[in-house]
Amino acid sequence: MLNPTLLDGQKFQITIQRLCRQLIENHNDFSNSVIIGIQPRGIYLAKRIAEELRKILPGKTILQGDLDITFYRDDFRRRETPLVPNQTRIDFIVEGKKVILMDDVLWTGRTIRATMDAMMAFGRPEKMELLVLVDRRYSRHIPVTADYVGIPVDSIASQKVVVSWKETDGEDKVVLLSDVK
Amino acid sequence: MDTLSTKHLLGIKDLNKRDIELIFETADTFKDVLNRPIKKVPSLRDVTIANIFFENSTRTRLSFELAQKRLSADTINFAASSSSVSKGETLIDTVNNILAMKVDMVVMRHPYAGAGIFLSKHIKAQIVNAGDGAHEHPTQALLDSFSIREKYGEVAGKKIVIVGDILHSRVALSNILCLKQLGAEVMVCGPTTLIPKYIGSLGVKVEHDLRKALNWCDVANMLRIQLERQDIKYFPSLREYTMLYGLNKQILDSLDKEITVMHPGPINRGVEITSDVADSKQSIILDQVENGVAIRMAVLYLLAGQTQ
Repeated sequence: MLNPTLLDGQKFQITIQRLCRQLIENHNDFSNSVIIGIQPRGIYLAKRIAEELRKILPGKTILQGDLDITFYRDDFRRRETPLVPNQTRIDFIVEGKKVILMDDVLWTGRTIRATMDAMMAFGRPEKMELLVLVDRRYSRHIPVTADYVGIPVDSIASQKVVVSWKETDGEDKVVLLSDVK
Repeated sequence: MDTLSTKHLLGIKDLNKRDIELIFETADTFKDVLNRPIKKVPSLRDVTIANIFFENSTRTRLSFELAQKRLSADTINFAASSSSVSKGETLIDTVNNILAMKVDMVVMRHPYAGAGIFLSKHIKAQIVNAGDGAHEHPTQALLDSFSIREKYGEVAGKKIVIVGDILHSRVALSNILCLKQLGAEVMVCGPTTLIPKYIGSLGVKVEHDLRKALNWCDVANMLRIQLERQDIKYFPSLREYTMLYGLNKQILDSLDKEITVMHPGPINRGVEITSDVADSKQSIILDQVENGVAIRMAVLYLLAGQTQ
């Protein structure tokens, strides 16, 4: 079965650029805003966005961190083995800041719920927003919605959305895989 | 998916190298959690753990309890001295009664070697050994190796000498097994009477001269003389032991290199180690205690995460 590419090449780049412009619209020069990538796959998006923002806003400080949410997940003891945690790297104060959480794919929303819990351990942000590259619509298990969406996708549960990054996979691409067990 | 190869943590003997590395990697992230403004994660919120201590303990019990609380587990504490054990209840009965109250895990310290292993064959809950007689004390060994790894970057190739009452020490056996598994060189040092006869079969060197041992090593782990376990006299007097095997500033400064000093606690200041050494910058004794919580969180997290 064909696995359609949803986003690649120039279109991928334009999407990233658009997300950056939308962020600037709400966060101006990012003096009171920080970017948090959700481990493991959201950190590449967060790094890319931060990198692009630094190009668009030269001289401005764009703070970006990585957040691991393993210990806050709701499926502990419900899967066969515990998940191995990733690194958390937040070397700035979150208290009172506008936090933009970033992940590659928004699907059930459970990761985002865990992320909001995990974020609170670092203090009380003024505001939390969510940016995702791919929004798998109509598949939420909990009421979560993204503030910024790269591309909306209508998919069924047996399908899988895979985001590849130039830095780690050699190519910027979003692919919809069918019948993944 | 990575998981421990064992259901219980009864001793280092049951762990392979990958298990130990997995515990260390998990402990790294928990150490990070412990440095956050809010030091608590909700992972074990539906897990109940009983801490059953048939022997006295300060560090280990507090460390386990804190680790459990940081993981949001529910805990109950039990000390044999103030319980029905003194009325003649057996170990299995005591534990089964506790488990009847829906407890998922048991952390146990017991004066008899193999108590945890025995229990694991008769009850359903997962067991973490917090010290069984002169046999094993796995979490202590893990946190000791973790502290060495933190200080030197890795444990492999490092030379560690364990000084003191090797014969009665569960810390010594667990440490030897853990350090060897990670590729360190291990030496034991102490009076002939306090070194088990066939300890060499574990692949460790034996030395009776403290100065030679210290000159050889990168790290010295000083053990306490366990008078409570000594049924006969193993050496003429504590004073003589201190003269021959006590670590003081004078010896430490006379060495060619700067070694790291460890101690599992409780310290008998002025016996196996003097105050100025215990409090010196070469000592990582309090780092060991700090790492103890992270290591125990990692062990509890990895064991509790296995679905039965």
